Amino acid sequence: MIDNIDLTLVDWSRAQFALTAIYHWLFVPLTLGLSFILAIMETIYYKTGKEEWKRITRFWMTLFGINFAIGVATGIILEFEFGTNWSNYSWFVGDIFGAPLAIEGILAFFLESTFVAVMFFGWNKVSKKFHLISTWLVAIGGSLSAVWILVANAWMQNPVGMIFNPETARNEMVDFWAILFNQVAVDKFLHTISSSFLLASMFVLSISSWFLIRKREMFLAKRSILIAGVFGLLSSLMAAYTGDESARTISEVQPVKFAAMEALYDGKSNAGLVAIGLLKDSEKMIGEKSVKDFIFKIEIPDLLSVLTAGDKDGYVQGINDHVSGNENKGIMSVSDKKLRGQYASDILLDFKNGKMNYSSEQLDSINSIFRDKNFQKDYFRYFGYSSINNPEDVIPNVPITFYSFHLMVMLGFLFILIFAMALYFLFKGKISENKWFLWIALLSMPLPYIASELGWILTEVGRQPWIIQDLMPVSKAVSNISSGSVITTFILFAVLFTVLLISEVSIMVRQIKTGPKH
Amino acid sequence: MTTMISHLFLQHYWWIIVSLLAGFLVFLMFVQGGQSMIFSLPGNNLHKTMIVNAMGRKWEFTFTTLVTFGGAFFASFPLFYSTSFGGAYWVWIAILFSFTIQAIAYEFRSKPNNVFGKNTFDLFLFVNGSLGPFLLGTAVATFFTGSRFNISIMNQVQWQTPWYGLEALLSIRNLALGFAVLFLARVNGLLYIINTIDNEELTKRAGSRMILNTILFLIFFLFFTVSLLLSKGFAADHATGIITLEKFKYLHNFIQMPVVLIIFLAGVVGVLFGIGISVIKKSVNGIWYSGAGTVLAVFSLLLVAGFNGTSFYPSVYNLQSSLTIWNSSSSLFTLKTMMYVSFLIPFIMAYIWYAWKSINNKKITEEEMKSDEHIY
Repeated sequence: MIDNIDLTLVDWSRAQFALTAIYHWLFVPLTLGLSFILAIMETIYYKTGKEEWKRITRFWMTLFGINFAIGVATGIILEFEFGTNWSNYSWFVGDIFGAPLAIEGILAFFLESTFVAVMFFGWNKVSKKFHLISTWLVAIGGSLSAVWILVANAWMQNPVGMIFNPETARNEMVDFWAILFNQVAVDKFLHTISSSFLLASMFVLSISSWFLIRKREMFLAKRSILIAGVFGLLSSLMAAYTGDESARTISEVQPVKFAAMEALYDGKSNAGLVAIGLLKDSEKMIGEKSVKDFIFKIEIPDLLSVLTAGDKDGYVQGINDHVSGNENKGIMSVSDKKLRGQYASDILLDFKNGKMNYSSEQLDSINSIFRDKNFQKDYFRYFGYSSINNPEDVIPNVPITFYSFHLMVMLGFLFILIFAMALYFLFKGKISENKWFLWIALLSMPLPYIASELGWILTEVGRQPWIIQDLMPVSKAVSNISSGSVITTFILFAVLFTVLLISEVSIMVRQIKTGPKH
Repeated sequence: MTTMISHLFLQHYWWIIVSLLAGFLVFLMFVQGGQSMIFSLPGNNLHKTMIVNAMGRKWEFTFTTLVTFGGAFFASFPLFYSTSFGGAYWVWIAILFSFTIQAIAYEFRSKPNNVFGKNTFDLFLFVNGSLGPFLLGTAVATFFTGSRFNISIMNQVQWQTPWYGLEALLSIRNLALGFAVLFLARVNGLLYIINTIDNEELTKRAGSRMILNTILFLIFFLFFTVSLLLSKGFAADHATGIITLEKFKYLHNFIQMPVVLIIFLAGVVGVLFGIGISVIKKSVNGIWYSGAGTVLAVFSLLLVAGFNGTSFYPSVYNLQSSLTIWNSSSSLFTLKTMMYVSFLIPFIMAYIWYAWKSINNKKITEEEMKSDEHIY
C-alpha cells in the first residue's frame, strides 16, 4: 500500500509507541486496582463511622492521586499516537477501532474525571453517602475505560465482526456485539483487571509491611494488609484462572504466537508444558531465522495438550506447521496464504486503479466479491500475507515471547503464595513478628509491575509482524512521515516520561515516609 | 436511497456532536486561560495558590473533553483523524506535549520532594495555558484555510511539506484564530476566577485585566471572522464529490443557514454580555453567559466549516483530496451504533452539572487554602 517503506521509520514508530505504552502501563494498573481498594475502605468507614478508616482511606487516596495524574498524562499521548504514528492503520480500521475509543471517552472518562474531583475535594463539601458513591463511580469508571480499550486491542489480535469495503479501502463494522464479546476481549478484560487488582493489592501490602517493619502506623498497616490480602488473594487466583483461559484462546486464534510462547517448533501430540527453560540458537534455520533450542527445560508431560485440546493425545501446533504448512492437520503454509492474500490484494488494486473506468455493474460485481462469505474466509482473511516477503517473517521474536510468558506465569504463582501467607500471618496475629516475611512483601512491590509489563510485551511482540492479525503488517500501518521527526519525538517523550517518573517516585516515597496527615 | 439519506443524516448528526464537543472544549479552556496568567495575575503567593486550585479542580473536564473530542472524531470521521494527525504531526505532538505536562503539574507542584521545584510545575501550567489554546485555535483555523496534503486511492495521507503541520503557523489567519482562542480562554479564566474565588483583592485584579484581554480577543476574532467572510471557501458537490473554490463561501453558508447565523450571533452576544455584566455591574455570573456564548460561537463556526456542501478539512495541494463529512465518515452501521451511545450524553451532562455544583457550592477561601485538605 505504501511504496518504499522506510524500516527506520517503522522501527522508531514502534519504539515510540512501545515507550508510551510501557510508561502508561506503569501507572494504570495501580489506578484500576487502588480505586476499588479505596472504595472498599471508604465503605467500611461509611458503615462503621470509625474515623480510623477515614484516615486509612485518605492516606491511600493521596498516593492514588499522585499516580492517577501521571497515568492520565501518558494516556492522552497513547490515544493520539494511533493517529500521529499509525495513520494508515487508523484509516484501515478506524470504522471499528474508533468506536471503542469514543465510547471510552463518553462513558468512562467523564464518569472517572467528574467523580474523581468529588473524591478529592468533596470530603467537607458533599454528604458522606455522595462521597462514597463518587469513590465507587471512580473505580467503576476506571474499569469501564479498561473494557473499551481492551476491546479495541482484542480486535487487533482477533479481528471479527467486520467486512472489508473495497470502495473505501477499509474494514467496516457489521456486528458490534461480536466485537464487544470477542472471546479475546472477554479474556483480556478479565485477566487485565484481575492482574491490576493484584498489583494494587501488592502495593498496599508492601507499603503496609514497611510501616510494620518501622513499627509505625500499626493499626493502619494491619487493616490495610487485611484488605489487600483478601483482595489480592482473590485477584491473583482470578488472574491465574483467566490467564489459563487467555492462553487457550490464543492457541486457537493466534497459534503462531502460542507456539512461540512455548518455543514449540514442531507440532506434536502429547505435548508437555515447559515450566522453566533456557533457550539458545541452534544450527537449524528457518529461512534466515535461527531455530531456538533448549539449553535445559523442566517439562510437565502431556500438560500442554491437555490444557489446549482437553486431551493428552491432542495435537499442539508448532511454528513449523504454520511456516511450511501441515497438510495432515489442515494447516496452510505461509506461501499458500500469501497467494490467497495476493489474490485479494490484486482484486482490490485492480479495482482502485481502474475505478474511474468501470461501469456501475462491474463495480457492483467487485463489491459483491468482497461481501462474499467464502471469499472473506478463503482469501481476504489472508490479505496481510500479500505484504510478507519471506515465510519466516511471520515468526515473532521467540525468546522475548517465551521468557515474557514464563516469567509472568511464575510471578503469578508467587503472588498467590505471598497473599496467602500475609493472610495466614495476619489471622495468626504474628504478622509483625515475622520480619523476614515483611521484607519479602516489601521487596515484592516491583514484581507485579514486571509481570504486568511482561503480559503486554507478550501480547504485542507475540503478534508481530502483524498490527492486525493476518490482515495488516506493522510495516504497512505506519504514518508516512519522516523518520527524523519520529526519532526526535521519541527522544522528547523518553526524556519527558523519565523526568515525570523520577518526580512521581520521589513524591510517592516522601508521602509514604510522611504517612497519613489527617 | 433510504440508506443513503440516513447515512447522510448520521454524518450531519455526528458533525453536530463533534462541533458541540469543540464548543465545550473551548469553553472549558478557561482552565488554560487561568493558567496562562499564573505569573502575571496574582499579587502574592496566596493569590497564586487560589488561582491554581480554582483551575485545578476543573482541569480534568477540559482534558477529558479533549480526549473525547479526539475519540469522537476518530470514530465518526476516521479519515480526518488519520489525515490530520498522521500529517500535521508536529502541531498535534506540540498540543499533546503541552497537555501532558499539565496533567501532572497540579498534583505535583506543591508536593514535597517533587525534584524539580514548584516553579517548574508552574511553568508547565503556564506553557500549557498559553500554547494549548493557541495551537488548538491554529489547528482548527486550517479547517477554513486548508493544508497541504494528498490522499491516495487507498485513502492514505501524504503530507506535502517537510514541516508536518508547523507551516500552519505561517498563515496570519491561522494565527489570528489561535490568538483569539487564547485571549477568549483568558477572558473566561478571569470570569471564572471572579465567580469562584472569595478574595476581594484577587477578583479586583482579575477585573482590571478584563478590558485588555477582551480588546485583544476582539481584534483577533474580528480579523479572523471578517477575513473568513470575505475569503474563498472550499465548496463540495455531494453528487459528484468534486471540490471547488467558491468566493464568499463561508458568508454564503451563514446566509443560507440562518439558524447557524443566529446561533453564531447569539454566541458573540453571550460572550460580550458576560464580559459586560462583569465589568459594569460587577456581577460574578459573567462566566455562565460568556461560557454559553463560547459554546454557541464555536459550535456555529464548525457547522459553517462542515455543512452546506463545504469541505471541513480542505487540501490546498490537491483540492480533490479535501475532506467532507460524507467522504471521511465512518460507515452507516458504525455511525448508527455510535448514535445510540450518544443518547447517554444528556445523562452524562446532568451528572457533571450535579457534581460541579456540589464542589462549587462554596467559594475558594483563604482558610481553605491553609487547611490540610487536598490543596494543590
